[in-house]
Amino acid sequence: MSVGEISGALRFSGVSLRLGGRQVLTGLDIAVPEGAFVGVLGPNGAGKTTLMRAALGLIQPSSGRIDRRGTAGYLPQTGGHLEDLRLCGRDFVAAGARRAAWGLPIPDRAARLDVERVLALTDSAGTAHRPMSALSGGERQRLALAQALLGTPRLLVLDEPLAGLDPQHQVATVALVRRLQQTLGLTVLFSAHDLNTLLPVLDQVLYLGGGRAEMGSVAQVVTGPVLSRLYGAPMEVIPAGGRLFVVASERADHAGL
Amino acid sequence: MLDYEFMRHALLASCIVALVCGPVGSFLVLRRQVFAAHALGHLGFAGAAGALLAGVPPLWGLVAVTVAGGAAMGALGERLGDRDEATGMVLSAALASGVLFLSLLTVGAAPATALLFGNVLGVDTPTLWRMAGLAALSLGLLAALSGPLLFASVGPDQAEVAGVRLRAISAGFLAITGLAVAEAVQVVGVLLVFTLLVGPAAAAQRLTARLWPAVALATALAGGQACLGVALAYLTDWPASFWISALSAACYAAALLR
Repeated sequence: MSVGEISGALRFSGVSLRLGGRQVLTGLDIAVPEGAFVGVLGPNGAGKTTLMRAALGLIQPSSGRIDRRGTAGYLPQTGGHLEDLRLCGRDFVAAGARRAAWGLPIPDRAARLDVERVLALTDSAGTAHRPMSALSGGERQRLALAQALLGTPRLLVLDEPLAGLDPQHQVATVALVRRLQQTLGLTVLFSAHDLNTLLPVLDQVLYLGGGRAEMGSVAQVVTGPVLSRLYGAPMEVIPAGGRLFVVASERADHAGL
Repeated sequence: MLDYEFMRHALLASCIVALVCGPVGSFLVLRRQVFAAHALGHLGFAGAAGALLAGVPPLWGLVAVTVAGGAAMGALGERLGDRDEATGMVLSAALASGVLFLSLLTVGAAPATALLFGNVLGVDTPTLWRMAGLAALSLGLLAALSGPLLFASVGPDQAEVAGVRLRAISAGFLAITGLAVAEAVQVVGVLLVFTLLVGPAAAAQRLTARLWPAVALATALAGGQACLGVALAYLTDWPASFWISALSAACYAAALLR
């Protein structure tokens, strides 16, 4: 990961990504502006996780280059192993406070203050004394988010944080991330299955499909023509009750496609 | 009972082994890799029997095989962990090789029993020194590794983003586990390494959710169980391995019921 002369927080220039011998995404040219809340959307298998892991430096592009400013915090998709973890939340978060440094995992004073700071930021101070295995999914997720905020990341990458949460907690998670983004001046990449929970907070949409990506405002990207191109099939966007529904177009059938 | 040298040796060996098993076992339980300890014990049997055949102290054969086996398991990662059949076949082959080596020795069943179930009452002075040296080595290595190891254990993806090399850390930790297994075998044998390496750490993590108190408690439980087991073996003439395993199981059950 090299940091080039870029104006945004993250830039993909002619990037192609392969995973296990399969070409997942091709010819990506994306510039994520500093401080933007970006929703990463697209059908299953479109490459959302692959793109996010590449932004974090965990996957090297097969061609092109990725430039990122500053460090990144990461909330991966599977928090499954945390359900069995009999370590309290505070020690879980503190495990990341020394980054990759060798030696005993004993945080110094500055690191301890940083742990308390991120616990407070994520409303986790009240649950941090309990074992991770005794917490609810939402409480565990807030602690994982706290760990991702250690240090001063410029970019926060959240992979499907709404999966497995009920609608009420989905709204709370989106609101918390929005608050963190605004108070800390973070750039956020937030992948989700459903666009609508994110609609109120999105600055930009990064929509993946057919091995390609489109980025822009909701009005620019979430449209019939753009999505039809990405899905490789006629799609339609139907607004209803302040929400957007992406459906396969029926009229196209009548048009003889 | 402390008038006898073999009892003083047995209690010292128990304490040395506990000092290693508490911290290493705590990470094994945290990482959900407890069966690695079991597998390394089986591999170690072949190494120890091979060393006996070659006329070398069995501890060295044990250490060579468990450390190499641990490093290989860590380096192969999930590719190995997901293959139950392959793992089972390798372990069977290791035990079978050990049986062959021992039969070629034609010295009867005594060494086999000592390796399989431990012989803590037979620890001599040179073995005690070797155990102390290996304990210092494994604790030193674990201390150096424990920072990135802890991060990688609770948040592998986040640790990788922060620059932790997961494969290398896993290989290093399982090599250290190999050293701990070799130590535990001196007390309870290859078939019962769980007793000292996993039992106390698993019980401790059910009693406290704090990292360092759990490590300290695991070490204290391992030491208490091993020393008490040796004393009970002296009083009852039953095998020390039985008493240590019984105490370990009882403590774990009590922690579960709490």
